[in-house]
Amino acid sequence: MPTAPADIKTTLIVGMEIHVELSTRSKMWTSAPNVAHSDYFDAEPNTLLDPVVIGMPGVLPVINEQAVEMAVRVGLALGCEIARTTKWDRKSYYYPDLPKNYQISQYDQPICGEGALDIPADDNGEASGGGEMRTIRITRAHLEEDAGKLMHEAPGGAPIDHSIVDLNRAGTPLLEIVTEPDFRSPDEAVTFGQMLRNICRHLGVTEGDMQRGHMRFEPNINVHIEKDGETFKTPIVEIKNLNSFKAVHGAITHEYQRQIDEWRDTGKVMGARSKSTRGWDDNKGITTPQREKEDEDEYRYFPDPDLVTVAIDDDWLSRIKQTVTELPDAKRSRYVDEYGLSPVDAGTLLDDPGLTRFYEDTIAVAADPKRAAAMLLNYGSKLANERGQGVHELGITPDQVKTIADLSSADKIGSTAAADLFALCCDSDDPAEALAEKHGLLQVSDTGALEGFVDQVLADAKNAKAIEDIRGGKDKAVGALMGQIMKLSKGQANPKLVTQMIVGKVRG
Amino acid sequence: MNPTDATLIELRDAIAEKKVSAVEITRTYLDRIEKHNGALNVYHEVYADRALDRAGQVDLGEVTGALAGVPIAIKDLLCTDYGHTTCSSKMLANFQAPYTATAVRKLEDAGAVILGKTNMDEFAMGSSTENSACGTTLNPWDTSRVPGGSSGGSAAAMAAGLCAASIGTDTGGSIRQPAALCGVVGMKPTYGRISRYGLVAFASSLDQVGPFTRTVADTALLLKIMMGQDALDSTSASVPVPEDVDRVDETPKGFRIGIAKQYMSDANDPAVAAATQQAIQVYKDHGATIVEVDLPHTEYGIPVYYIVATAEASSNLARYDGVHYGHRTDKPGDLIDLYCRSRAEGFGDEVKRRIMLGTYALSSGYYDAYYNRALKVRRLISNDFDTAFESCDAILCPTTTGPAFKIGEMSDDPLSMYLNDVYTVNCNLAGNVGITLPAGTTKVDGRDLPIGVQLLGPAFDEARLLRIARVFEAATDHHRARPPV
Repeated sequence: MPTAPADIKTTLIVGMEIHVELSTRSKMWTSAPNVAHSDYFDAEPNTLLDPVVIGMPGVLPVINEQAVEMAVRVGLALGCEIARTTKWDRKSYYYPDLPKNYQISQYDQPICGEGALDIPADDNGEASGGGEMRTIRITRAHLEEDAGKLMHEAPGGAPIDHSIVDLNRAGTPLLEIVTEPDFRSPDEAVTFGQMLRNICRHLGVTEGDMQRGHMRFEPNINVHIEKDGETFKTPIVEIKNLNSFKAVHGAITHEYQRQIDEWRDTGKVMGARSKSTRGWDDNKGITTPQREKEDEDEYRYFPDPDLVTVAIDDDWLSRIKQTVTELPDAKRSRYVDEYGLSPVDAGTLLDDPGLTRFYEDTIAVAADPKRAAAMLLNYGSKLANERGQGVHELGITPDQVKTIADLSSADKIGSTAAADLFALCCDSDDPAEALAEKHGLLQVSDTGALEGFVDQVLADAKNAKAIEDIRGGKDKAVGALMGQIMKLSKGQANPKLVTQMIVGKVRG
Repeated sequence: MNPTDATLIELRDAIAEKKVSAVEITRTYLDRIEKHNGALNVYHEVYADRALDRAGQVDLGEVTGALAGVPIAIKDLLCTDYGHTTCSSKMLANFQAPYTATAVRKLEDAGAVILGKTNMDEFAMGSSTENSACGTTLNPWDTSRVPGGSSGGSAAAMAAGLCAASIGTDTGGSIRQPAALCGVVGMKPTYGRISRYGLVAFASSLDQVGPFTRTVADTALLLKIMMGQDALDSTSASVPVPEDVDRVDETPKGFRIGIAKQYMSDANDPAVAAATQQAIQVYKDHGATIVEVDLPHTEYGIPVYYIVATAEASSNLARYDGVHYGHRTDKPGDLIDLYCRSRAEGFGDEVKRRIMLGTYALSSGYYDAYYNRALKVRRLISNDFDTAFESCDAILCPTTTGPAFKIGEMSDDPLSMYLNDVYTVNCNLAGNVGITLPAGTTKVDGRDLPIGVQLLGPAFDEARLLRIARVFEAATDHHRARPPV
């Protein structure tokens, strides 16, 4: 974060609105498929439509209960008060990507009320990782429907003399989470955003693909400037539609400096109707002015007469509570403190909720947590990378992972063979041990068989020098013999046993 | 039996007993439509081939049900996946819905033959069927007069014998007022009783589908078929439909009829006042106790209605913008120009007037003073009825203050036009049940014009209200009067 000149003292004030596209199978108000569900990511334009989505005359919205449950789940994870009755309102504005020319949203009775999320930070606003936490207050979270997309160039970027509309996204369930202005640095905003994304993905409420716009951030930014004992508050600027953490960081950073500069130039401070909207230019790294934000009143909110209020009773709430699993932060602590994983490995396992679930399933069949983690992160990640899949999608089962880990602990398999076995398990449902036997991957620990190989090598005249070295105490010289024994045993000799045998025989 | 003068049930039975074929019935009605529709301007669109096909299927036994072969007309804001659904608006002149309204689907599932779509005030906004892009519908009793509205086409079709029953919608009286002015039975069920799916919305919290028929029993049969919860309409009620809702001849024992002074205004035409008094006498003679009830907030009904209904309409009609479907202006300069000119060209004056009223009522700084306050008064009006229904089973009152008025008489005076709903709107605001019954005629300028009386009942008590209505019908011959068509 840039530092302000010495004649003034500044405090950056940021609040955020975060739009999360929920990954329900169908849309918010109808059974048409939801583009934010992974099955429909790449649907052709205007194929995920029905009469409700395109707002045809006479059709009516019917609420998607799954979306309500997902919203409640996020609310519970953020410690929000959950409304016992929640209602729907129409927000009116004309735009070609909004078929009804009103958006069904929630005005004064959102599903989720006040809550909070603690993020690691320190007093000067820089994210520290030093164990200190800052509380970010959540104002509310409400459900609404997303709009379609209006495009001014043809797919591929060719210029056109008209605009085109893709309504696939229209009616996608959208959870809008609003925070209090509690961020004091760009880092805090990004940390919060990343934590929120992890939470939402672990709750299974969104795919959280930033590039697809599953999470969009809108920071509201201003600066409190103290000069000569007086405080000046710059006008609030809202930055629209940021869909990467880099953009969130860049936009806040740029806006912080820009507002200080503007204040120096104009002395303009916050006042009635002084709030404005700006966009983020990713290439230039600057914010640029957009249309002035319409006053809230101009949206002509009123209760949607096509929908009834939704009551969230104790039964329903407690059923939803049961689906709110351990959150990523708690898991991280458990992985590090109980399983002895490194924070980096724990983080990698938690980056992809699919992998996290797979890891936990593996632990659940009594695999050694540390070994299982190592296998997934080494063999698994390498294969996943090669095959363009997630580790949990490779086809290997938790039982197979556990067996490989056990074989490895018992020294029955070498590390190269273990990697081969992992790969074989990805393509076969047979038990790992059977596969290992079938493909000869188990180490030979039968001393009778090994003794033959050892004696044969020790008797070979060309090894006299090496034997002499071993006898003289040079353990390293064993390596020269090991290669020959491995060759004789076709790689299956247990190296530990072989070493013991050679040393025993040579040194008597 | 004269098929175009028979009741729906008589027709249904005659077809079922093979005394007459469904094709014959349908053809008779189609011929009559052919002969009179030009003069009355009742139907926008007649589905002659489709109707004859359906009737043929009935005769072959391929289509069966409680309405098998009965020809029915529907208001042109109920979507069907055949033909056009125009709402009598230039905006939707070419609109073809890919879906069918639940109410219509239920009728067809019961074997009904849909004859066509009837004229109406544009987007159901009006009380005379003069606000139509398809011209005015004429009252079959006197073609210099309006049939009422907004479901004027459906009412006139019923009165003129151009269908065996018709379907309309009632937002502030749009079934009951034209039914009264055309001398037929018209009923608005409880809000939520009949699915609104496929009904092009005017005011969503008030709109309700209902029938026009010659008799109370016909109305009861149609309600029994159309009522019930619909998964496609979140506001449809889960209250079960009583099996015996159509047993209208079972007279309730010791029922009480409420009379509210607020409906017995000096503004009522003497013929209306006399018809209402006569109805009171009929009920007295048939064992009812007459009680006085008070509905103190009645006078606020019209202003509350015109705030709530227009606010909802301003939002419901926002989608007609020339972008996705509907009328689009030629060569728009830019997006705003496209919106403005498409809407300016596509909507008629009354629709524009109401969109502006509603937009204003929901605007910044006015919401609390208008919309929010209107909702509060709406609750008071509803409470009035709840209290009144503690001491009576039905409230008897006029449906309108007078008989049908002349075409053009009120077209330049929207406020007078709005007062047409004065006895009907409060029933919509409260979400209750209302039915109008033919109650005689009055001679004006040498012509007989029908008068209606109205019965209002508590929500979800259609069955009882129909039985009470049947008492009056059974004791009088008013429902047998026919216009000179």
